[in-house]
Amino acid sequence: MGFRVAESGKIDPMHQFAIEPLFGTDQLAIGGYNIAFTNSALWMVATVVVLWIFMIGGMKRELVPGRWQAAVETMTGFISNLLTANVGPEGKRYVPYVFSLFMFILLANLLGLLPLGLVGLHPFTFTSHFTATGVLAVMSFAIVLIVGFWRHGLHFFSLFVPHGTPVPMIPFIFLIELVSFMVRPFSLGLRLFVAMTAGHVLLKVLAGFVINSTNAGAGFGLTVGLSSFALMIGISALEMLVAVIQAYVFALLTSLYINDAVNLH
Amino acid sequence: MPQIAQIAETYASQIFWLLLTFGFVFFVIGLGMVPKIEATVGARDAKIAGDLETAKAAFARADEIEADYRKHDADARAAAQARIAEAKAQAARDTEAKVKATDALVAEKIAAAEAEIRAASTSAMAEIEHVAADAARDMVAKISGLSASPEAARQAVKAALVHG
Repeated sequence: MGFRVAESGKIDPMHQFAIEPLFGTDQLAIGGYNIAFTNSALWMVATVVVLWIFMIGGMKRELVPGRWQAAVETMTGFISNLLTANVGPEGKRYVPYVFSLFMFILLANLLGLLPLGLVGLHPFTFTSHFTATGVLAVMSFAIVLIVGFWRHGLHFFSLFVPHGTPVPMIPFIFLIELVSFMVRPFSLGLRLFVAMTAGHVLLKVLAGFVINSTNAGAGFGLTVGLSSFALMIGISALEMLVAVIQAYVFALLTSLYINDAVNLH
Repeated sequence: MPQIAQIAETYASQIFWLLLTFGFVFFVIGLGMVPKIEATVGARDAKIAGDLETAKAAFARADEIEADYRKHDADARAAAQARIAEAKAQAARDTEAKVKATDALVAEKIAAAEAEIRAASTSAMAEIEHVAADAARDMVAKISGLSASPEAARQAVKAALVHG
């Protein structure tokens, strides 16, 4: 949530999404591609560390779980039920992937909302970058393709012809279904990126209102500033909900797509 | 929008670090830890199901034992009742036999006593005859001065006794 006061004295709500290399700008490279360790990478690592610490609590493996272990088991059980409900008993095989996906996105979203600006740090939500969400979406899509073609071979294409399609309609329906199928990775990646970006921009714009109205005078500060601040509190709560829902939607859609690949229709 | 403005210089770094971090999450946490946690949950569910099964079996066994106990109780009662009835019947038979034996004894004693009485009365009659004959002879001697033979006196007394 870093603020940058531009030349005109305006607050740039997009600056929070700027990627700043922390180290390795010059030396870290693979095959000519620069892979500098950025603030984005730092928050990815932070997400992994938090998730790993969370999971450690679930590894006590006691017969009667404590609170922490019960919390971890609730999360794995949630994803396990999601896959069993959407894919069937075979869905259990995909629990490791969908659980990783869900928890990784969920913690990334929530960590990005932490009010660390109060202590001078700049939280960064890497799920607000389509370069990151796109990789996750392409990964899910690739798994669907691999599972689909591996299990059903070319029969997988029957996914694009729903049952009961009249024969003359098959070419058109096939095309439409194929396009809607190919759009999946884009919609999957863009949905998360847009939801995160929009929420953070909205919060930053309202925060800019609070600062600019207060700078304009006590009267503006008490009217525009206070009401904007009240709105921010509500929207912050809403954003936490969005953070959870977007992670859930990503996991849910992935499991639905896996269901298509496993069971065809 | 930095997401688009910076894409050329950052996409490689973004993709690399995301694959690295998510790869760690998937291989270490997803494949390493999640199955163990799922196994713990599964083991717990199995233990609960097993315990419930054991409890159900124990309940059934308890019912069985109770039914068994009831049956034993009823059997014991029936046996006791039978023994009591048997004992009562035995006692009644014993009493009857004893009463019968005593009756016989009493009847025997009565018969003996009656025979004794008869014998006594016969001997008493004979005595009376004898005395009466003596008295008759005395009377004959006193009145007539004759001496009647004992045989005649006895005949006379007998005749008189028969006539009463």
